[in-house]
Amino acid sequence: MRLYWEVFRHGFRRYASYRAATVAGLFTNTVFGFLRAYVLVALFAATATVGGYDLSDALTYVFLGQGMIMTVYMWSWWEIALAIRSGDIVTDLSRPFDYQSYWLAQDLGRACYHAVFRGIPPFLVGALVFDLRLPGSPLTWLLFVASVAVAVCVSFGLRFIVNLAAFWLLDYRGVGAISTACGTFLSGFVVPIAFFPGWLAAIAHVLPFRGMIQVPIDVFLEKERGWALVGVLAVQLAWAAALFAAGRLLLGAARRRVVVQGG
Amino acid sequence: MALIEVENLSKQFRVARKPEGGRGRLRRLRRDFADVHAVDGVSFAVEAGEMVGYIGPNGAGKSTTIKMLTGILVPSGGRLSVAGFEPSRQRRELARQIGVVFGQRTQLWWDLPLADSFDLLKHIYHVPMARFAANLERCVELMEMGEFLRTPVRQLSLGQRMRGELTAALLHDPAILYLDEPTIGLDVVAKARIRAFLTALNRDAGTTVLLTTHDMGDIERLCRRVIIIDRGGILYDGALDPLKARFAIERTLVVDLEEPAPPLEVPFAIVERVEGPRQWLRFQREQTSAADLIAAVARAAHIADLRVDEPSIEDVVLRIYAGGAGERFSSTPSPG
Repeated sequence: MRLYWEVFRHGFRRYASYRAATVAGLFTNTVFGFLRAYVLVALFAATATVGGYDLSDALTYVFLGQGMIMTVYMWSWWEIALAIRSGDIVTDLSRPFDYQSYWLAQDLGRACYHAVFRGIPPFLVGALVFDLRLPGSPLTWLLFVASVAVAVCVSFGLRFIVNLAAFWLLDYRGVGAISTACGTFLSGFVVPIAFFPGWLAAIAHVLPFRGMIQVPIDVFLEKERGWALVGVLAVQLAWAAALFAAGRLLLGAARRRVVVQGG
Repeated sequence: MALIEVENLSKQFRVARKPEGGRGRLRRLRRDFADVHAVDGVSFAVEAGEMVGYIGPNGAGKSTTIKMLTGILVPSGGRLSVAGFEPSRQRRELARQIGVVFGQRTQLWWDLPLADSFDLLKHIYHVPMARFAANLERCVELMEMGEFLRTPVRQLSLGQRMRGELTAALLHDPAILYLDEPTIGLDVVAKARIRAFLTALNRDAGTTVLLTTHDMGDIERLCRRVIIIDRGGILYDGALDPLKARFAIERTLVVDLEEPAPPLEVPFAIVERVEGPRQWLRFQREQTSAADLIAAVARAAHIADLRVDEPSIEDVVLRIYAGGAGERFSSTPSPG
């Protein structure tokens, strides 16, 4: 366990060494938050609620979502795919640790860094300008943090699998484009899944993507209560576990069957 | 039992073959596969404390062998034992016994200072603090790494990084060190530093070293024994000197005459080059000895100076590759 704690710390420090990138990314996330917010302000001028969300809910949704982009790491994370393509993965595969757990620990360290430096600031700026909804119950805050942690695991599970595709495909970017598109829409990042037409919402509900964005935000907005809340969180956790297990099987298959590229 | 035992090891890969011909679009849906025998019936044993060169042309199966020895790849056939472990099944136990440096790969954490990578490796391999400190100090001292320990790896020169890679592979006192092209791309000074370090390591710590390289200088300076492979099979396994004796049959006598002269005519030698008073005479060991040839030259002209050039190991290996699999043979391995 000590090892994975050290790996976790390294994950945090790796990203902490790029300060300019943090500031630039922070600026972008916040600006896009405002763009999205003003679109919603215009929408809610015509109607009081959409899919059970009022304006304040929707604005909170936007700024939480903007803060979670990097925390959950929704887009273009290719470290493992690049290591497969360059062959550098050989080194890590020959180490006495569990390759997948190692990356999970590192990713959680990264997520902590991004939560603090890319997650909280856009939300604070949004809260200064707009009337955002803050939960009153400490339990809600606690469950939100837990659900974000699970969201990182769901996202990691998906990214791990998509990255491993590089073992079989000489170019992994096609799979990457598909997974990015699915992740962006079906996670509820662009708009809440409740805004979707019925059939699309039904599809989104049975897929893992909503566990990355929609579930934690709904916890924050207290959209679910009691057993329904427990159920939603249990499904999110189950997806994280299932994706982790699937990634593990895939890694085993890769180890047996596939040439490590690049000699 | 030897430290590394390889018996009849083989590895096949299925490689997708692109269909040929113009109507490729439709036919691409049906994929053809070809089996490539990357390693094909290789057997050898390495005793503890040996330093062995494992050489062969590109694509001969060197790296594939090393990947199987580390447990990264599962063999298609044959038997493998490294430090008493079966690599692919006991990869994690074995990992504590081996250190690996791939010259064209990195095992260091790109974004962080070199010392941070070492620190993380300490935890990965559960190296006790005192041992870690002693090992690190020895490497830092022998390879003069003090001034760049706090530099992020991405800012190191190639030579500095390679010293870091070697250190990273040795912090947990591995019994076996695999080196895959450790001096590739390095300048003469950096190469010499790495070679001196490896010699000291083998001598002082008794670390067994298996080295693949295209740099024959590495082999000549470091290894008493070489294993040469080509097209997945062993062409030669044995000491370096008999290899030279066997294949280095052509030598060159370089004479400086007192005055420029037309090409000398002496038995069993061919004048290859003439440059003023200097002439290069190629001769074969079986036909004449250097002493006889020198005597013959001395009878024909006045010699001011002379030397006999042995062929480099590079020439020898080139001859073996050219001979190819048809000339497969081996001599008794000479441990140590």
